[in-house]
Amino acid sequence: MISELLSATVLIGILASGIRLATPYLYAAIGETFGQRSGVLNLGVEGQMLLGAFAAFYVAFTTGNLWLGVLTAMIVGAVMGLAMAYVTVNLNAEQGISGIGFFLFGLGMSDLLFQKMLGTVETVKGFPKMYIAGLSDIPGIGEIFFGQNLLVYGAYLLVPVAWFVLNKTTLGLKIRSVGENPDAADSLGVSVARIRYFTIILGGTLSGIAGASLSIALLNVFQQNMTSGLGFIAVALVYFGAWRPVGVLGGALLFSMINSLQLWIQVLGIPVPSDIAVMMPYVLTILVLVATVSRVRAPSALTKPFEREN
Amino acid sequence: MDNYHTISITNCLTTFKGFLYTEKIGMTMLTMKRLLQREWVSRLVDALQPVFAILAALVIGAVMLLFLRTNPIEAYKALWEGAFGSSNAFAETLVKATPLLLVGLGICISFRGDVINIGGEGQMIVGAILATWVGLTFTGLPGWLVIILAMLGGFLGGAIWGGIPGILKAYFRVNEILSTVMMNAIAVQLMNFLLRGPMIDPSQAEFASKIPQTARLLEIFHLPRLVPTRLHLGAFIAVVLAILVYILLWRTTLGYRIRAVGQSLHASRYAGIKVQRYIVLALLLSGAFSGLAGATQVFGVNYRMITDGSASGFTGSAGFNGIVAALFGQLHPIWSIPASILFGALLVGANSMQRMVQVPSAFVTALNGLVVVFVVSSEIWRRRRQRRRLAAGGQDEESPPSADKEKLPQAGAAP
Repeated sequence: MISELLSATVLIGILASGIRLATPYLYAAIGETFGQRSGVLNLGVEGQMLLGAFAAFYVAFTTGNLWLGVLTAMIVGAVMGLAMAYVTVNLNAEQGISGIGFFLFGLGMSDLLFQKMLGTVETVKGFPKMYIAGLSDIPGIGEIFFGQNLLVYGAYLLVPVAWFVLNKTTLGLKIRSVGENPDAADSLGVSVARIRYFTIILGGTLSGIAGASLSIALLNVFQQNMTSGLGFIAVALVYFGAWRPVGVLGGALLFSMINSLQLWIQVLGIPVPSDIAVMMPYVLTILVLVATVSRVRAPSALTKPFEREN
Repeated sequence: MDNYHTISITNCLTTFKGFLYTEKIGMTMLTMKRLLQREWVSRLVDALQPVFAILAALVIGAVMLLFLRTNPIEAYKALWEGAFGSSNAFAETLVKATPLLLVGLGICISFRGDVINIGGEGQMIVGAILATWVGLTFTGLPGWLVIILAMLGGFLGGAIWGGIPGILKAYFRVNEILSTVMMNAIAVQLMNFLLRGPMIDPSQAEFASKIPQTARLLEIFHLPRLVPTRLHLGAFIAVVLAILVYILLWRTTLGYRIRAVGQSLHASRYAGIKVQRYIVLALLLSGAFSGLAGATQVFGVNYRMITDGSASGFTGSAGFNGIVAALFGQLHPIWSIPASILFGALLVGANSMQRMVQVPSAFVTALNGLVVVFVVSSEIWRRRRQRRRLAAGGQDEESPPSADKEKLPQAGAAP
């Protein structure tokens, strides 16, 4: 049975779905990276994703327009981000706990709207596979990397963009300085509040897309609590990836590949209890956190509200 | 953990003088005489702040209901009657409040130790698994003995599940928010695995459908009930434990040290407190109470474990809602009792709201989220009032946030 796992078609299948499944992690975790680099821990990602997933699905289902669905999810995520920003930046509320509040709100609200506006589990025709002439025809590699849909490509494109913005632009410098030493940034005329608003809203927007990618690009359904902890893992991935987009990419792929492997193990009927298999990525994350956390340093101002002296 | 939790913690957290304050009823009579009228008002507003938070959430909830084309007054009336309308309804409220209080007691301990335990769900599950195993294994022993053993089993299971993130935080500097969330996911899968395999009800194992559940506990093992309601001994245990946790936190060295570590890691270390040990203990104890919550759910309410694949299927999200209740009770074990009853009432009321006015009970989950946001957001006004009181020369119980906290050695470890 193990030999079945090693056949070319299965391997390609595992890798291709692994690439695909990393999508929501990437959007959410890259968004969270921006927030944390500016010193804000947003634990409400899961709630933002759920509301985004519902908004995207509902709009796509009723109008048939997928892009409008994505746009709505972005707006919903951004509004949630705005609320989070107000609470953490203006009211200096504790970030971890207010994040849990936003999570509960998103969890309840998406379920409520789902039951009131849809009632039953429906399906939608999600983003189709997009083939790229030339690249998609390469045997194996084409199937793995270039047989995906647009939102998947977008997620991977986001990684270098985020890296560039964070490391090579003035905006990125401001974000990092606000996360490391807000007092110094403030004295140099950088508006700590404005930067944090920007990153939290950006994070919310990306979490919204992450939700949309689940409901109209990967699974093409909406169900109560369909993210089932994915948003929290996205937060963990930021630590895992040491607050760097490339590290986040590595973590997301590791997670999605194990997930994909476990799905295929079930499909092939290999007698490993699926519950134990599902457990593995979480165990692994803890182990990786143990191994890496002492070697990397979090942004100094992470979770610390900024208050001007006097 | 450094400054992460200082906002609400420093506000809720109290030194010995602070204890007088938190115990404002009666205790401050002496100092009260010296207080200005205005200061008294300011403190009253402090105490009532959570009530304002819930009122604000209810108002927003009313707007949401209007959007859903439901009459908010009718909906809230259904909620109220579902929770308090009859003695049976009130008993149900107390049944729902029990796990919230138990989890919340653990939260009081850990949050005051500046340790954010989000792992209540997983700790409940593991506690329940161990308790259920006790109940299904020692069938030859007398009922009272098995109940005691099972409760201890629940306590132990939760302690293990909380202790692991505690050790990871104290000795490996792994952020406990992340590790407890991961431990939740692991616990769910562990439960699913055990209930589908090793612990499955033997009668289910014969069927093709194989409902993932354990066998039913013997009747003699059930926690005594207040017939005809479902109110069980667990509620009483929870209230007794609330008093014990209060004593633990403010009358014992252990509790003092947990709080000291929570307020200033740095200062505690200089004072010779073995900081790491108390971080582990805070999480371990916190988990133990959640584990006990899981055990009482099995022995008092369901009499077996059954899974729908998710954590909330077993816990009813008490692991999260317990946090809400404890925060609402200002992280004080005694105040957590009425807070738990309030949120238990919301949960029971949600069901009746669903029946009477067809508003899904998820509405209350959203409402709980808003309450959390409002409670933590409103801390800023409490801090301002406190500052004003200090400026006015009034004695204040809460030490200003120490400068030490800005540069704790653990800065890299945690938010």
